[in-house]
Amino acid sequence: MKLNLRIWRQDGENSAGRLVDYKMDDVSPDSSFLEMLDLLNEDLIVNGDEPVAFDHDCREGICGMCSLTINGVPHGPERMTSVCQLHMRHFSDGETVVIEPWRAKPFPIIRDLVVDRTPFDRIQQAGGFISVRTGSAPDGNAIPISKEVADYAMDAAACIGCGACVAACKNASAMLFTAAKTSQLNSLPQGKAEKDRRVLGMVAAMDEAGFGNCTNYGECQAVCPKGITLDFIAQMNRDYAVASTKKLFGCAF
Amino acid sequence: MSLLASSLGKKYIMALSGLVLSLFVLGHMLGNLQVFGDPYLINAYGYKLQHLPYGLLWIIRLFLLACVLAHIWAAITLKIQNKKARPEEYEQKATVQASLASRTMIMSGLIILLFLIFHLLHYTVRAVPGHEYNQAIVTNDGTEYPAEVILIKNGKPMVDSYGKPLQVHNLHDMMVAGFSYPLISLFYVVATYLLCMHLSHGVSSMFQSVGLRNETWRYRLDIIGKIYGWVLFLGYASIPISIWLGVVKATV
Repeated sequence: MKLNLRIWRQDGENSAGRLVDYKMDDVSPDSSFLEMLDLLNEDLIVNGDEPVAFDHDCREGICGMCSLTINGVPHGPERMTSVCQLHMRHFSDGETVVIEPWRAKPFPIIRDLVVDRTPFDRIQQAGGFISVRTGSAPDGNAIPISKEVADYAMDAAACIGCGACVAACKNASAMLFTAAKTSQLNSLPQGKAEKDRRVLGMVAAMDEAGFGNCTNYGECQAVCPKGITLDFIAQMNRDYAVASTKKLFGCAF
Repeated sequence: MSLLASSLGKKYIMALSGLVLSLFVLGHMLGNLQVFGDPYLINAYGYKLQHLPYGLLWIIRLFLLACVLAHIWAAITLKIQNKKARPEEYEQKATVQASLASRTMIMSGLIILLFLIFHLLHYTVRAVPGHEYNQAIVTNDGTEYPAEVILIKNGKPMVDSYGKPLQVHNLHDMMVAGFSYPLISLFYVVATYLLCMHLSHGVSSMFQSVGLRNETWRYRLDIIGKIYGWVLFLGYASIPISIWLGVVKATV
């Protein structure tokens, strides 16, 4: 199949970027989106041009590295699919495809389609862990956790931290990511002990990074490759309200 | 205070002030619908509100004003932060599922604010030139009605504690006269439609912002919010439209 690509090219964080047109004549509908970009880069290298920089790693939809906005939609047109799992058969012959990086102030562009997602690490470092003695693994089922709670925590833990929620949100808000991370640990017995300080710390880190605010558009949930729902944002809002009130009276832990 | 500085703290303020205001507009609409009954009803209602004990009228007014100001302050502060978080827009913009109402909250809100200022000047302060309703109430075609009337219930005049007939503001005819101007009526209908849009996103959102929503209730609350918005729109818009169509007429 033939494709007209319009790809965002930018040399560095502070240089001006622009959309550059590329034509592809022979793309297999069975190739993945990233394989299609690999073919383009091979051509560019052969012709002595600079290849398009884009993030990728496992190509199995579990690492969260791939981060392309395709025709305005992060991860492209397929629901609950990361770019690496998106195949060219979902595009039509001769289609024009616009490829842009995640766009958000806290995610500066490193080069072309690669952005710096360090603020997500800072949010995690502000409370996305449990303070326990490390060492040998505990016995299975030593701590009883009901199936409902385990399932719920697992749904939150499915977040791969790709940042599509920020990219899709019209306010560049990171609430879906932060909420998935706080809710995962806050709902489990191991994490409950540090529930208050976790949600207070992670929300503060999120605000400090300069992300926008949630206005309940639901765009984040719609593009999330792991199907994280707004439920977790509701839980974060709830946990934060409780923790802030407890903090006011000096009893937040 | 750190709660007010945080993103979530401002969302709580949005939600709680929004809750007060959305309940107020429902009460206000129910009160106004009395215009469809005997003129005594709405005139007596207005008199009662104006003569609430313990200065309650001003306590309520100041509380509502505080909610309006808090709602606007939070909205503008959050909006500025949102704009800063995405300095460079996408070349190709797309919306997957966000509703038009959700994407135009700030616009519908600001137009409703302009309407609110006009509405207060029009019927509360009564300072819109040509619509002061001091001596007489004048309609679009020049007909005059008295600005004050004696409350008449079941054909008998009501009296105050001194046995004198009760003179009250002629609220009923003031509404009829005010809405006899097509442009004013149109502004009221448009503004209440924007209120309907604003609430269709806002009602459900306020539950989310304080954490009282899940995947099951999200869709139910979305529907409840839409119904709430439409009930208010139909209730409010029915008044200028009925007056314009001549269904509701002046007293005399």
